[in-house]
Amino acid sequence: MVISTQNLTFTFGSQTVVKSLSLRVPEGSIYGFLGPNGAGKTTTIKLLLNLLKTQEGSIHIFEKELQSNRIEILSQIGSLIEQPAIYLHMSGKENLLNRALLLGVGEKRVDEMLDLVHLTTAAHKKAGQYSLGMKQRLGIALALLSDPKLLILDEPTNGLDPNGIIEIRELLVKLTSVYKKTVFISSHLLAEIQKMATHVGIINFGELMFQGSIQELEALNKPSVQIETDRSVDAANFLKKNNIDVAEVNDHCVFVPFTSKETMGEINALLNQNGYTVYSINKQQQDLEKLFLAITQHA
Amino acid sequence: MKGFILSFRSEFYKTRKTMGFWSAVLLPFLLCLFVFIGFFAKSDDLMKNSGMELWLKFAAPILGVMGLLLMPMLIIFIAYSVNSLEHKADTWKTIFSLPIPKLSVYAAKYFYAFFLLFLCLALFVLFTLGFGNFLGILKPSLKFSEYSIASILTQIYFKFFLASLGILSIQFLLSLLFSDFLKPMGIGFICTITGGILAGNGWAYAYLFPYSHPMMAMKAFGQSTKGGDNHPSAMPHFTVEMLTKDTWVSLAVAVAVFVAGYFIVLKKSVK
Repeated sequence: MVISTQNLTFTFGSQTVVKSLSLRVPEGSIYGFLGPNGAGKTTTIKLLLNLLKTQEGSIHIFEKELQSNRIEILSQIGSLIEQPAIYLHMSGKENLLNRALLLGVGEKRVDEMLDLVHLTTAAHKKAGQYSLGMKQRLGIALALLSDPKLLILDEPTNGLDPNGIIEIRELLVKLTSVYKKTVFISSHLLAEIQKMATHVGIINFGELMFQGSIQELEALNKPSVQIETDRSVDAANFLKKNNIDVAEVNDHCVFVPFTSKETMGEINALLNQNGYTVYSINKQQQDLEKLFLAITQHA
Repeated sequence: MKGFILSFRSEFYKTRKTMGFWSAVLLPFLLCLFVFIGFFAKSDDLMKNSGMELWLKFAAPILGVMGLLLMPMLIIFIAYSVNSLEHKADTWKTIFSLPIPKLSVYAAKYFYAFFLLFLCLALFVLFTLGFGNFLGILKPSLKFSEYSIASILTQIYFKFFLASLGILSIQFLLSLLFSDFLKPMGIGFICTITGGILAGNGWAYAYLFPYSHPMMAMKAFGQSTKGGDNHPSAMPHFTVEMLTKDTWVSLAVAVAVFVAGYFIVLKKSVK
């Protein structure tokens, strides 16, 4: 495990922001850390970076206790927390050079990073004149500068246009698949994480609601059968009388939990034989977004 | 130590294009330049002065304006500018998640503020001497070359530096805690005026109040000048008593605030 926490708890005054969190982030994964705004994501990240002191529980990164191995661990982490921290009076390149000075990294690496995030042409422009997307890309370049084994990114695609989001996603996938890095990425958008994450943790009100691989999350997501008929409410009542579960009814469709293809055929036949006109019947995967809402609203 | 040096160099790299840094350079340059121009324009009236008198007349207005008026403001501004850099860019979280000990990062910032003040005061000495000697070359009738003020001037400014450390450290801590300019500025301004009044009226315990120290350092110099005036025929020998009790208080405050500030930084959650 690259990151493992045991019963991590953090309180601001009387408010418990993080409740006995036990994260497990395997090596080489893209771990999507999901939760609505204010769920405790940023606090958790600050705890992982030792910006906030651990009050209860423990944090191990690279199998080492964080508090007592702080410098060693931090030297292998690149991070981007909330909006990127950039000195606006300096150019993009100067921002990178300043960080390179602190990390003991050469100028060649700075140029490589500028190239990687497509900022070479804007390298000498003041960062204050950068667009939000450019700032975000500079922030990612800063995080990658020391060639860290673990990247911790807090909402890195905030403010990026669709192209920018795709670029970042491709970059992160490449970093894990080619360079064997581990990425811990937080977001409040499941759809965005779903496209790249290998593992997911869902947090709400400081509590971990789900943790596992993306396949495990998808397995939770049961498919259903969508039936479009001429009289959907009557059809639903009719199906219920025939001992078939109905999950949802609206003016146009009836939703029935999917069990097998055969059952789908039987339902179709049953409705047709009893005077209902079936316009369409098909198997449907529930939207993960709905699942996410269901998990987070469950609390 | 390596972390401290790296952080210190980074502080320079970050501030070298800001007003905070340039005010420490431009202030002595401009002040000395103005007095230089004044002397140059009135050089005919000054020809009868001896070398020592000339130097004292040349250095006194710079010292006066600087010591009483501008220095507290400069200190407030320097302390603000090194910290506001991080407040504005929202970079506290970044510099404290570097693989560098938090103490090194904090100490580098603290000593960089000291360095800026030191630089400014050192430049005052250099520019005063430089412009004075330059004036002596341009107008050979002015007898600047007859007397060397370098040693005493260096001592006065160094005393100033020591006397300012208490204020600088307090202002540094205020600017670290408050991200806006008004709070540290307001507090600093009120304390400076209070300090001036206390020292000006010769209150017995003024030496305990750091904001009185620059004025007290000024007064110490004033007395030694008077001592010189009493014996106009002899070449007076000025001395500056470097470690007076107010200077010790200033140093003690600087050390105490440094330690307290570090624990505040450790405790304070990084926003």
